[in-house]
Amino acid sequence: MTHLASGLQGHRVVAVALGILGWAAKFVAVVLVISTMSFLLVRAAPGDPAQVMAGQTGAADEKMLAQIRQEYGLDQPFILQLATHLKRVVTLDLGQSYRQRQPVTTLIGERLPATLLLTGTAFLLALASGILLGTLAALRAGRWSDTLLTVVSLILYAMPVFWLGLMMVLVFSVQLGLVPAFGFQTIGVEMGPFGRALDIGHHLILPAISLAAVYLAIYTRLMRSSVIEVAQQDYIKTARAKGLAQGRIIARHILRNAILPVVTVAGMQAGALVGGAVVVETVFAWPGLGRLTYEAVLQRDYPVLLGLFLVMSVIVILLNLATDVLYRFIDPRVTTQAAG
Amino acid sequence: MDTLKAFSRHPSGMLGLVILIVVVALAVLAPWLYPEDPWEMIGRPFAPPFSEGFLLGTDTLGRDVAAGIVHGTRVSLTIGVASTLAAVCIGVLVGAMAGYWGGGIDDVLMRVTELFQTIPGFILAILMVATLGPSIVNVIIAIATVSWPPLARLTRAEFLRLRGREFVQAATCQGERPLQVVLGHILPNAVSPIIVTGSLTIASAILIESALSFMGLGDPNLMSWGFMVGAARTVIRQAWWMSVFPGVAILLTVLAINLVGEGLNDTLNPRNARAGRH
Repeated sequence: MTHLASGLQGHRVVAVALGILGWAAKFVAVVLVISTMSFLLVRAAPGDPAQVMAGQTGAADEKMLAQIRQEYGLDQPFILQLATHLKRVVTLDLGQSYRQRQPVTTLIGERLPATLLLTGTAFLLALASGILLGTLAALRAGRWSDTLLTVVSLILYAMPVFWLGLMMVLVFSVQLGLVPAFGFQTIGVEMGPFGRALDIGHHLILPAISLAAVYLAIYTRLMRSSVIEVAQQDYIKTARAKGLAQGRIIARHILRNAILPVVTVAGMQAGALVGGAVVVETVFAWPGLGRLTYEAVLQRDYPVLLGLFLVMSVIVILLNLATDVLYRFIDPRVTTQAAG
Repeated sequence: MDTLKAFSRHPSGMLGLVILIVVVALAVLAPWLYPEDPWEMIGRPFAPPFSEGFLLGTDTLGRDVAAGIVHGTRVSLTIGVASTLAAVCIGVLVGAMAGYWGGGIDDVLMRVTELFQTIPGFILAILMVATLGPSIVNVIIAIATVSWPPLARLTRAEFLRLRGREFVQAATCQGERPLQVVLGHILPNAVSPIIVTGSLTIASAILIESALSFMGLGDPNLMSWGFMVGAARTVIRQAWWMSVFPGVAILLTVLAINLVGEGLNDTLNPRNARAGRH
């Protein structure tokens, strides 16, 4: 018995190590490919790459262009330029914003917390309420509340995120005056740390709901069909036959299995969620990476855009990893193996 | 014929089709309905709906909102359909090669596909349009670049399923060339799920296009729905109609295409109808 247990344990260690290795390989591959794509894109842009990196509005003089050419090694052969570029990425050097005269890493670092707060809140909100509403809909399958939920999710699914955000501003802040329409916090007011946190939370409500809405709709529909499917499985019938209480069957047997596909899809949609944050932050003047993207687009600030592309892709990979871990945590088969 | 009959008995699919026909009619009839340039400032700025002969009011510069919406229909539909066609071409090509040949080619192609699915697509689209320049062709290229992976995965799965079937093996044994087998036997049997996914891709392409124009990355010569909402966002307190109506146009068009797509799914693939409808 102990032999069997230690064998399983060893097996598990190997599996975990392989998982981490595979994940690290994926991480490195994505970073390298994205850096190469960014590099090729700037070269594909019409005009002189130095001019492109400096921004199009004529801010660059000859001296600056010469500096950029030297910094990016633009006088060297193509393949050497790519190698220089990748080396810089690996050493976390994302270059300079010539428009803002600051390192790109500084600009991104300043804005990162606001984006993590927004996307994290929206992700958890969508996942938690989607699972809850989907389960309720499945338990009431065929009744009017179920139909209503289907119609609402169809409409949400067809709605542009930026427009939903604006409509919520129109209703909840312009008409009803319930929540602030724009910004991250109330400026010019002295508050304690607790009051400040509440204030930020108050500003977070509309952006987080706008960003979460579409995914909430998707997860609700998915959870609904998943619960209905799992409830028809043989092991649920067995649990019923054993005389387990209805609440216990739902909580321990149905939900635990039904959540799995929702978690998988949530992981797959992490990229779209981060993309949606760009639009939502633009609508709500939320001072995160999305707002920075908008500003960089307006100024055609390419070093910042390229850095943002890389950093946001890394956020997506981290969200993927988080859902992977969550999946292993929930999946009854994995836990049984660990306990064995 | 049977498919048409089945579709006509699909209520939500038919509802979508009716809305879609209206949208397409608006796009086709735009030059007759609103012959003047939608960029032209033809009225008093900030005229509310139903005033001064403007059905949906005017915008901050006195341009007709209704004219903008009708002309915007052309942009949305063109970009939606063109970028989807391009995405279908890439997706089917990649998926067919992966599914037909399998092995190492399949591995490499699927890793590439997964990579494109990991990358935040909207940000790549922003980056592409910003660097290559905001023309309608570049917008189409950018949307196609971020839209093909699901089509590739679907095509690959269909090819894997069909590759081992007797009629395909029979064709191969009779000495038909691989291309003949693919085009004559495998692809025709994989067409209906590709059509369904393709129709849903049009809807998401229209959403991406509207978000790009909202960010100021639309073709500056073409009036589009996303641009209208983006331009009206700063005056939402004074003039709700400027951002409400173009958004409703996007919502209805995307909803209609999604409904038609689901209707097609239920009628073309009756066996997966339940699985397809989450």
